[in-house]
Amino acid sequence: MSSSPSISSSSSSFLGQTHFDSRTPNARLPTKDSWICKCVATPPTETTAHMTKVSRNANMAKLQAGYLFPEIARRRSAHMLKYPDAQVISLGIGDTTEPIPEVITSGMAKKANALSTLEGYSGYGAEQGENRLRAAIASTYYGDLSIEESDIFVSDGAKSDISRLQVMFGSNVTMAVQDPSYPAYVDSSVILGQTGQFQKDVEKYGNIEYMKCNPENGFFPDLSTVSRTDIIFFCSPNNPTGNAATREQLTRLVQFAKDNGSILVYDSAYAMYISDDSPRSIFEIPGAKEVAIEVSSFSKYAGFTGVRLGWTVVPKELLYSDGFPVAKDFNRIVCTTFNGASNISQAGGLACLSPEGLEAMHKVVGFYQENTNIIMETFTSLGFSVYGGKNAPYVWVHFPGQSSWDVFSEILEKTHVVTTPGSGFGPAGDGFIRVSAFGHRGNVLEACKRFKQLYK
Amino acid sequence: MAGVCTRVTRNLNMEKLRNGYLFPEIAMRELEHMKKYPNAKVISLGIGDTTEPIPDIVTSSMANHARRLSTVEGYRGYGAEQGNKALRKAIAETLYGDLPIKDTEIFVSDGSQCDISRLQLLLGSNVTIAVQDPTFPAYIDSSVIIGQTGDFQDETGKYQNIKYMPCRPQNNFFPDLTTTATTDVIFICSPNNPTGHAASRKQLEQLVEFARANRSIIIFDSAYAAYVTDESPRSIFEIPGAREVAIEISSFSKFAGFTGVRLGWTVVPDELLFSNGFPVIKDYNRIVCTCFNGASSIAQAGGLACLSSDGLMAVQSVVDYYKENAKILGDTFTSLGLDVYGGINAPYAWVHFPGMKSWDVFTELLEKTHIITVPGCGFGPGGEEHIRVSAFGHRECILEASRRLKSLLS
Repeated sequence: MSSSPSISSSSSSFLGQTHFDSRTPNARLPTKDSWICKCVATPPTETTAHMTKVSRNANMAKLQAGYLFPEIARRRSAHMLKYPDAQVISLGIGDTTEPIPEVITSGMAKKANALSTLEGYSGYGAEQGENRLRAAIASTYYGDLSIEESDIFVSDGAKSDISRLQVMFGSNVTMAVQDPSYPAYVDSSVILGQTGQFQKDVEKYGNIEYMKCNPENGFFPDLSTVSRTDIIFFCSPNNPTGNAATREQLTRLVQFAKDNGSILVYDSAYAMYISDDSPRSIFEIPGAKEVAIEVSSFSKYAGFTGVRLGWTVVPKELLYSDGFPVAKDFNRIVCTTFNGASNISQAGGLACLSPEGLEAMHKVVGFYQENTNIIMETFTSLGFSVYGGKNAPYVWVHFPGQSSWDVFSEILEKTHVVTTPGSGFGPAGDGFIRVSAFGHRGNVLEACKRFKQLYK
Repeated sequence: MAGVCTRVTRNLNMEKLRNGYLFPEIAMRELEHMKKYPNAKVISLGIGDTTEPIPDIVTSSMANHARRLSTVEGYRGYGAEQGNKALRKAIAETLYGDLPIKDTEIFVSDGSQCDISRLQLLLGSNVTIAVQDPTFPAYIDSSVIIGQTGDFQDETGKYQNIKYMPCRPQNNFFPDLTTTATTDVIFICSPNNPTGHAASRKQLEQLVEFARANRSIIIFDSAYAAYVTDESPRSIFEIPGAREVAIEISSFSKFAGFTGVRLGWTVVPDELLFSNGFPVIKDYNRIVCTCFNGASSIAQAGGLACLSSDGLMAVQSVVDYYKENAKILGDTFTSLGLDVYGGINAPYAWVHFPGMKSWDVFTELLEKTHIITVPGCGFGPGGEEHIRVSAFGHRECILEASRRLKSLLS
């Protein structure tokens, strides 16, 4: 065999024997049904079910129940079946309800139509996202924070990004979460094999560090009592408590992460709801680039809950213990386990970040913020201790001494309003109900009327 | 770079991965080449990226859906993570016809590449896999990432703990199952990327029988089913007994030009059970609800339009256009005396360059004809000596590529 012969050499072996593939001339033109699957004879009925020999993933078996929000949806559906005439109002799942501003949807419609033209058609996009969108995100949200376009990874949303980060971290890392917290951090950790079994007595998974956040500590963990973990998940403004951490608190958190050599995964999905001067990005804190990843989303800004668009920032300065840049591994994850956010959604994102789009988003956010005020006032006037709301579209209402699932059920039964029980977010959430402020104004007002009737 | 390191250990599985993922590698080489020859008209027959516009009937429904999101009646927030009900039904009825696939067994997604990794997440690190050799790299790379494999061995070009099933002309591009050790999971892609071979009914019957006997799970990638020209099965579920052993993944990417729009689906039959009797579908549903939030509602509206009777006709004509491209390319290589495989039931031609390293062939083709292809070894050691030529391209580019190849190689 010759060593690396040129393919254009006339003496190469391929000029030898021709070998025809078994091509039959394509006499039959495919019809529109040409690739619809054909029916086959039904298999002989088995008397016992066939089981594969594949063991169920032990990590999946650790999960206690379904993911929280499908459970809420199930309860809502069951309730609607039970009371078919009731006007059920959903202040449970944090699902946006108001139409997306036209400047944004017309950007998406335009992109969709362009895909039917020669000049406008595009196939695979860069897995990290379109350059223009990455640049727009960098300049809009990280303008003076020296986060660059190349630090930004556009995605189909924070939920997917959380799992991709977990896949990247692997099973041999330990993590800390706030208690209560958005369930995806814990559940993805279980699935990846980072945790032990669920301990029913304390309602916690083994090997996760739960950082209690309650009224007593101002919804910021007492870091002096928190053990070191590799990864710390932190959400601010917080889902579900609505609390936004102060600059001083985040400075301490970044220092804590630095001292422990930990990586902070900072979820800023609700940053636009901040009404005071709480930091909107972890990168406002000096030194954060060496310890933090930030996850964010267009879902609650632009009503993109169904459109699917978000982003993750992984600074170049963030390094593993051996000096390897985390961004390089995240890039590999994104290129291998993902294929980019939908190009139409990305066109929408770009429209969101135009001056007109930004103004329009602020208006919709403002609408939900007004909803939040109405809900807060209602519960406050009824004598409840009410938290959150100021910097987030969630109101965290205290029902001391009561099981949150019981309160959830009672509210649902007696007012036909769906909320979310605090314990769904962790054991420290028990005794609280999360009321989300996404809804048509009329529904929010009606819900508040019913709350007043129930609790007067 | 000087900087403060965290004390977080890098995931060892990431360390095991060799180089970059194949297709970004190819993209990088393309960019380098274009910098080197700024005036060259580079023709890309490398990454299997669709090039032809999506039919109006499909895009107009996506545009309409987008516009309706600005109205009170038309606005929708979170969709079901498993996908829009009407779309799931349409996939079941339109694409699986008389096969007893229920809409509830269909999970709509943002594409196969994501689904493959979600399936790996489902399976976990303690399963063994078998792949064809050569194969689409994502099955292997996702397996490494999730921790199912050992180290990469330079001598063999393989990862430890993965079973590689050679697929060659000699065995009709289908693994010789009599010599195949059993693994928990078997990845099979048919029509195949990269060889273009569509498994016959007989071959798939043997596969299902093998899986049943060894109680393995087949993950069947049918992303190119629309390209089947002959009687080869388009779904693993055409084979009796498959429901208890197989998962099928598929995609709108090559079917409807949705490579950028992002839409696909996975079928997990109710009868597929883990060794303890637990239904796989329950765990997959949990994965989808926890690690995903549904495919874009706009993409799903497009998918529904693809499956209307007019939509099907329209997207099928684009498929036919690529199939004609494949024929032109296949004929070109054949006329030059090269052994060419595939091309009939898939948009890929698999060309044999005996005795040559595939990266060398890739480089020479690129240097001398400014045509990007994919070196076969990127798909596994069994791909060595081969080049994959993809048939996605404007007809004039395909014809021009043909001309250049003929003048170089004749």
